[in-house]
Amino acid sequence: MKAGIVVFPGTNRERDMAIALAGSTGRRPVLLWHRETELPELDLVVLPGGFSHGDYLRSGAMAAHAPIMAAIRGFAAAGGHVLGVCNGFQILTEAQLLPGALLRNAGMRFLSHDCTLRVERGDTAFTRHWRPGDLFRAPLAHGDGNYIADAGTLDRLEGEGLVAFRYADGSPNGSARGIAGVLSPNLRICGLMPHPEDLVDPLMGGIDGRPLFDGLAELFAA
Amino acid sequence: MSGTRTIGPELAREFGLTANEYGTLLGIMARDPSLTELGIFSVMWSEHCSYKSSRVWLRTLPSEAPWVIHGPGENAGVVDIGDGLAAIFKMESHNHPSFIEPYQGAATGVGGILRDVFTMGARPIANLNALRFGSTDNPVTRRIVDGVVRGIGGYGNCVGVPTVGGEINFHPAYDGNPLVNAMTVGVARRDRIFLSAAAGIGNPVVYVGSATGRDGIHGATMASAEFDETAAARRPTVQVGDPFTEKLLIEACLELMATDAIVAIQDMGAAGLTSSSVEMAGRGGVGIELDLDHVPQRETGMTAYEMMLSESQERMLMVLRPDRTELARAVFEKWELDFAVIGHLTDTGRIVVRHQGRVEADIALAPLADAAPLYHRPTAPSPAPEPLGSVPDPVGIEAALIWLIGCPDIASRAWVWDQYDSTVGGQTVRRPGAADAAVVRIPDSRIGLALTTDCTPRYVAADARLGGAQAVAEAWRNLTAVGARPLAITDNLNFGSPEKPEVMGQFADAIAGMGEACRALDFPVVSGNVSLYNETRAPDGTSRSILPTPAIGGLGVLNDAAQAVGLALPSDHDLVLLGRTEGALGQSLWLREILGREAGSPPPLDLVAERRTGDFVRGRILAGTVAACHDLSDGGLLVAVAEMAMAGSMGVRLDVPQSGVSPQAYWFGEDQGRYLLAVADGAAMVEAARRAGIEGRVLGRSGGDGLTLPSGATISLARLNQAHGAFFPALMAD
Repeated sequence: MKAGIVVFPGTNRERDMAIALAGSTGRRPVLLWHRETELPELDLVVLPGGFSHGDYLRSGAMAAHAPIMAAIRGFAAAGGHVLGVCNGFQILTEAQLLPGALLRNAGMRFLSHDCTLRVERGDTAFTRHWRPGDLFRAPLAHGDGNYIADAGTLDRLEGEGLVAFRYADGSPNGSARGIAGVLSPNLRICGLMPHPEDLVDPLMGGIDGRPLFDGLAELFAA
Repeated sequence: MSGTRTIGPELAREFGLTANEYGTLLGIMARDPSLTELGIFSVMWSEHCSYKSSRVWLRTLPSEAPWVIHGPGENAGVVDIGDGLAAIFKMESHNHPSFIEPYQGAATGVGGILRDVFTMGARPIANLNALRFGSTDNPVTRRIVDGVVRGIGGYGNCVGVPTVGGEINFHPAYDGNPLVNAMTVGVARRDRIFLSAAAGIGNPVVYVGSATGRDGIHGATMASAEFDETAAARRPTVQVGDPFTEKLLIEACLELMATDAIVAIQDMGAAGLTSSSVEMAGRGGVGIELDLDHVPQRETGMTAYEMMLSESQERMLMVLRPDRTELARAVFEKWELDFAVIGHLTDTGRIVVRHQGRVEADIALAPLADAAPLYHRPTAPSPAPEPLGSVPDPVGIEAALIWLIGCPDIASRAWVWDQYDSTVGGQTVRRPGAADAAVVRIPDSRIGLALTTDCTPRYVAADARLGGAQAVAEAWRNLTAVGARPLAITDNLNFGSPEKPEVMGQFADAIAGMGEACRALDFPVVSGNVSLYNETRAPDGTSRSILPTPAIGGLGVLNDAAQAVGLALPSDHDLVLLGRTEGALGQSLWLREILGREAGSPPPLDLVAERRTGDFVRGRILAGTVAACHDLSDGGLLVAVAEMAMAGSMGVRLDVPQSGVSPQAYWFGEDQGRYLLAVADGAAMVEAARRAGIEGRVLGRSGGDGLTLPSGATISLARLNQAHGAFFPALMAD
């Protein structure tokens, strides 16, 4: 699999993501600077976690207008696979590649702890190594993870099966309907708040996050 | 600041210089100084920058070992960790700003210590922090805890360096003067360490990072003065942090450090442009000329005095190879950071500062450093603590345990840790609370670093020499308890006013004790920071010192991070106690929390036994025969058992205690040099320990879902967890 990880000023989980992807695919992903205007030939674009541009406007709002985003829109429109984690999820919603928005956590504090996620469907590029209903652990680390959308959008997401992951042990950040991750209508863009990439090594406490990367690697094995 | 004020002894005193110091200044200058020159002298000779009261004592600390690459004197300490790698680390205080403006004070404390580490070429891989707050009954404490925790998280989380450990104490002695000690650990190739000594006459002096504003002017002087009721009025001297710019600065510096462009580099910390330029030129034995017209400025009309004294954050000063200047400029422009050539090195041995065509300062560097004040301040012994006397047990073992595990100094810190990103980087092997020391793996290697911060201020207050030694020994013990080989420490010495003989007595004794422990344990001091004048003044004019708090940041190494053990108790294991138990209740938490007394001598420390026991424990861990390990500290044996049980969600049945020691002393005494080990075969472990000359006994066996005391009473894990977890959420509830 050829994966590219986008680095914005303030991105800080690109190394974690590279380790997770390399662990499953056997090859190092390329790092893509936010000022690039073209993408190399890729199977997967990843927007990793961090504080792009300091998140001083709204989380992800500046990054959503970075030069590379035009190329990523084109890549997505052509059916490319895009994964956004944490700040990457926020950027995807700000870029309107995914619906909804991520507000300040309901408790108004940064949260950093493991949560349990429930897989809502097992037939996407991102979830194919799980079955619907599977539970897995993932570290979360964010201040703005409170997923919100209008009721009609939420109904549509649920009706069309576009919820990828839900918090299984209550919504720690106040997210509507416990939504932790969503999908685009073509199921090729996925955004989620927790960090599966930080739980891919038994030494770090488990490999709960590995199915996401193993599934992608298998899909694009070539 | 008033440019029109008459420059003389009176203004010098306002700037923190004594009459004698001002006299020395006049001798060096052979004329009246300009305002900028007075400012430069006053900050360079402040306690914060010159260590004038502490230097004579700091020199006595051992700072060498075969694995030490750079000891005190550089921006941070550097030790060899194998595989051609070096760990670079330091701890530094931001106490006074954190009282005035807790969020920014703590945040910029994190930012400053990060810069001390990455300026040497290291990518920061972990942050820790040692925090001391006032009484939980004081309504101000809550506000300070909230701001400090948010500030540490706000900065560390954004720069993407995991916060993996630390410690928190509460005591009324910190009312009005909390302690915020931040530690950063980084890793670099040992042949790619960057130092601060400037070299190469004519080489460009380059300013990078944020633009300079008027924030933090005279911060170093503020950090060298006592607090009073007007402290809040000094808010303008607190700097404001920008972690996003810091993140860019880290990446840009590390990117440039991969080239051969940098000759010397130092961050602009306390006393900003003044200290960085003076120290870089001074260490290199060269002169430096600055033209402030080229300094990036974010405010208009700034004077030379203001620019030289500003403590605006996220700035670095570099000396570059002239033929690499444009390469360096391109790197910083890529990261959208200011880059300006603001001067060059000279052969004059002087610092010359120009602004708008005028020479605003012209000072010979050698006397500025060599004639810096050095004080042998008088010392006096502290009064001996009240005798321990009789210690009845009014509540019983079970109630005391429940109380202790919920008391402010032992209660779960989850509320705090849950606001710090501890996993970013993907290398955190043991997260906060999971082991006696945090363990972080070095990327692309098997090496693990074990990290801890330790100090028991109530011991130091009662017996500074013993307390200083105990702080070092406990750090060594915590690293040992995860299986790491302790390498070195950084120290953050927080004390009251050095002008009080009893405070200087505490300082001198604590250092003597630290030195003894460092030598006995082969555990040198490689970096550190001194914070004096930690005093608050009551409205009635009396001045009160904090508890003497020599916080120790310890670093150890595991050749294979997978060998690290945590403290979580597994099922069906024997629990073995190693080390001698005599039931030392003097200055124990049990005494303070149950009897309301702070009395008696702290527990004695036997450094020979300490080393023997620790080396044995580490050997057993590395041999793979230990499933979990926990050292015994605050609260003693039963608290440690409960902590292991809660961490593992696993019950344990305890056998009868040894005879000859009262139950409260046995279960809650704080005898030093002891460990609890969970092992498959307890009898074999005890026998192996005996052969090594170490006392040991099987204490019980794990299983079930409660802690069963020898009396037969069982405390459920649920009840332990409830008691342990309640304190912080209740304190901080909206």
